[in-house]
Amino acid sequence: MIAPMSRSLSDHSDIILQMKQITKRFGELLANDHIDFEVRRGEIHALLGENGAGKTTLMKILYGLFSADEGEIRIDGKTATITSPRDAINRRIGMVHQHFMLVPAFTVAENIILGSEPARHWMFVDSREAAERVKRLSEQYGLRVDADALVSDISVGMQQRVEILKALYRDADLLILDEPTSVLTPQETAELGATLRELTSRGKSVVFITHKLREVMQFCDRVTVIRRGRKIGTLDTADTDPDELASMMVGRAVSMTVSKSASSPGDEVLAVNNVYARDSRGVEALRGLSLSVRAGEVLGVAGVEGNGQSELVEVIAGLRRVDSGDIILGGVSIANMRPKDILRMGVSHVPEDRQRRGLILDFTVWENMILQIFDQPPHSRGLLLQPKQSKESCYSLASEFDVRPLDLEMRAGSLSGGNQQRLVLARELGRRPRLLIVSQPTRGLDVGAIEFVHQRIIEERDQGTAVLLISLDLDEILSLSDRIAVIFEGRIAGTVDPASTTEEELGLMMTGGTTSRSKEVSSAW
Amino acid sequence: MVAGAKRLARNAVGAVAVPAVAIATALIIGAIIVWRSGENPLVAYSSLLTGAFGSRSGLGESIVYTTPLILTGLSVALAFRCGLFNIGAEGQYIVGMTASAWAGYAFTGLPAFLHVPITVMTGAAAGAAWAAIPGALKARLGVHEVINTIMMNHIAIYFTHYLVMGPLLAPPGNSPMTRPIADTAKLQRMFGMGRLHAGIIVALLAAVVVYYLLWKTTTGYQIRAVGLNQDAARYGGINPTKSMVIAMSISGALAGMAGAVQIQGLQYRFLDLFGFPGHGFDGIAVALLGQNHPVGIVLSALLFGSLASGSMQMQSVAGIPKDLVGIIQAIIIFFVAADQIIRRAIRLRLPGKTAATALKGGTISGSGDAV
Repeated sequence: MIAPMSRSLSDHSDIILQMKQITKRFGELLANDHIDFEVRRGEIHALLGENGAGKTTLMKILYGLFSADEGEIRIDGKTATITSPRDAINRRIGMVHQHFMLVPAFTVAENIILGSEPARHWMFVDSREAAERVKRLSEQYGLRVDADALVSDISVGMQQRVEILKALYRDADLLILDEPTSVLTPQETAELGATLRELTSRGKSVVFITHKLREVMQFCDRVTVIRRGRKIGTLDTADTDPDELASMMVGRAVSMTVSKSASSPGDEVLAVNNVYARDSRGVEALRGLSLSVRAGEVLGVAGVEGNGQSELVEVIAGLRRVDSGDIILGGVSIANMRPKDILRMGVSHVPEDRQRRGLILDFTVWENMILQIFDQPPHSRGLLLQPKQSKESCYSLASEFDVRPLDLEMRAGSLSGGNQQRLVLARELGRRPRLLIVSQPTRGLDVGAIEFVHQRIIEERDQGTAVLLISLDLDEILSLSDRIAVIFEGRIAGTVDPASTTEEELGLMMTGGTTSRSKEVSSAW
Repeated sequence: MVAGAKRLARNAVGAVAVPAVAIATALIIGAIIVWRSGENPLVAYSSLLTGAFGSRSGLGESIVYTTPLILTGLSVALAFRCGLFNIGAEGQYIVGMTASAWAGYAFTGLPAFLHVPITVMTGAAAGAAWAAIPGALKARLGVHEVINTIMMNHIAIYFTHYLVMGPLLAPPGNSPMTRPIADTAKLQRMFGMGRLHAGIIVALLAAVVVYYLLWKTTTGYQIRAVGLNQDAARYGGINPTKSMVIAMSISGALAGMAGAVQIQGLQYRFLDLFGFPGHGFDGIAVALLGQNHPVGIVLSALLFGSLASGSMQMQSVAGIPKDLVGIIQAIIIFFVAADQIIRRAIRLRLPGKTAATALKGGTISGSGDAV
């Protein structure tokens, strides 16, 4: 069943894109190994694979950002040489990158026309004409945007629509979306699905790069699975199921659900009481937030990005000042204590951004492993580090958490994302915490790594650790949490039982409920 | 173990490649300039070489020039490892000179084995104090250290001018200088090689100490952590403010020590300055070329030191202006700073397959891992 399969598509005359035997090497690494890939006119075609499988590389070759070492690209049956994004745009290919490429200080319309501005006379941008065209385009495809709003003021979902409009404005027939849902709320994701349907009904074709199986099943007509630079097969989504796709992607059977027993919570470990704090710009981010986590339970904090999640984690870890309110850890107030002292009291923290905060990428694996304990025995004696002892304990932790390659002298930055996260987990769990804060623990990880991270979090809970889980991924919140607290505008909007709630209910609470939907969301649609 | 040795070799090749190509390119461009101005480049370079290494006194002189550069290079590199750009090595060098000149004559009756180190340490302490001011301003108030250290350089020059014209002026006061230091404070001349003095031993010891400090101690661990990723350091419980002040003070101590060594090994008294001596500024170039590593710094200081000493000979024997050396140094720095130019050039020369590895400072020798 998992054997490579590919159905003959040569009988389809309506093929917009053919990539044949595409091969790309980065040094020793074979990123794309003779990949064949085809897209039909009017379909949504998922390009599915784990991180580092080579999906984005393949699409960057198509978009002219990389050049292939071997292989051929045919567009509408004709051989095409694409050496720059400019070439790709001329061939009516558009790409929406995972990280948006918008100018925050420009309006929506200005961003859309950037680079192909309609000119009045010889150098003046005809802004009225531009706004007019943007409006026409957005009406035509049902992509609602506010043409005159500044990009810095609009929601992430709208920014994505702006990116799509940018491509359409340049007459793209084939649209490549790189992990488009990673930044969206469940509602926005559903809206994106509808948008893509609208586009394909008008003859546009979409390549949907993702590693999320649910989206493949929900939105896509066909799916091509790539593993370690090789094409594993192309299937109609109607003929497959998530389990089959997962095993094609990973190369072995994977459990898609987290198996866990009922929790048996003990005493309260963490209490956050009516805490107020400001974000880095000085704007109030936490406005009287309260929550409590008991030993042996996972409290999941669900919410749309930017509602105070990061600040909540930071005040608990001592990385941000608490303006008022209190934080109690095991009966002791830790509000505004030094990060070091909070760490020593048994708090472990897997930060949301492992590359910016969780790791020092230019440090070796073992140097990263002692980040919080380098000045304690056995890792140092007096002023002197004791690398031998550190490496020994690092070796056993890293092998327990299966960090690959198991090379203690390797730069942490050279590890893959999944292995970086394993390294962070190994370090944080290795300290045997009382309270474990995990923030976006599986962001950007592949199926195999997600399974591992989830298992470890549940194991930690079962050993009696209090776990505070912050995630934007609702599936993750639902499958791991024993209780779910929904955060909205710096407060907990409500706490629900994952067994009895629905995604819709959570989605509503995350946006402030039916009555007080946030302005951004309502004006967006 | 084999993998470790290979990585070590590969890292070394990667670290040396850019500076080596930069030096070679600079020498070639220097040769073209000499040739275009009607002189013989071979004569220029051979007289440069004989000047720097051709005689015992020439070699001694090269090392004399090298000595303060090692110390100021270490100074700049140590601050840089903590993410700080210490342009103030120059000022710290100047106050180090003044302070050690004072300690050299003010303490009397001490045996040399005490007086020499006390005098060196007084210079170092003055440099440390001078650097701690911008260090603290950066750490506490976020004031950028580049601006502050530059200003501190000017303050240093005028402050020492005041000292040497006032409280430290040697009687009878005809010329602006301090009294000569005691013989017990002097760094010994060595091996009968011209002016070669024991300062080079101080400099090499400092290089070893800096290496150990950075890679073997908890202080060094914190300094490097803060320099590489302040957010992660803070997350790990390290206090970046404290590390910055410590790094800046040690950096200043090294520059101050450079000044002390100049006084105790060469000048024996502080003479009023009419401009920046430049050893502190050259330390920036030395650190850059030496990739902020003590071994690299010793080597690049030796290069700059011998270029400087050889250029005298070149000018007097071959009649080629010693400004040529300035040009060569500038081109070296240009290419090291703009290292992407060189990395790209190296990559172009290699066949496609290994290009990416070469770019990462990898298998330039062509050996690579036989996995």
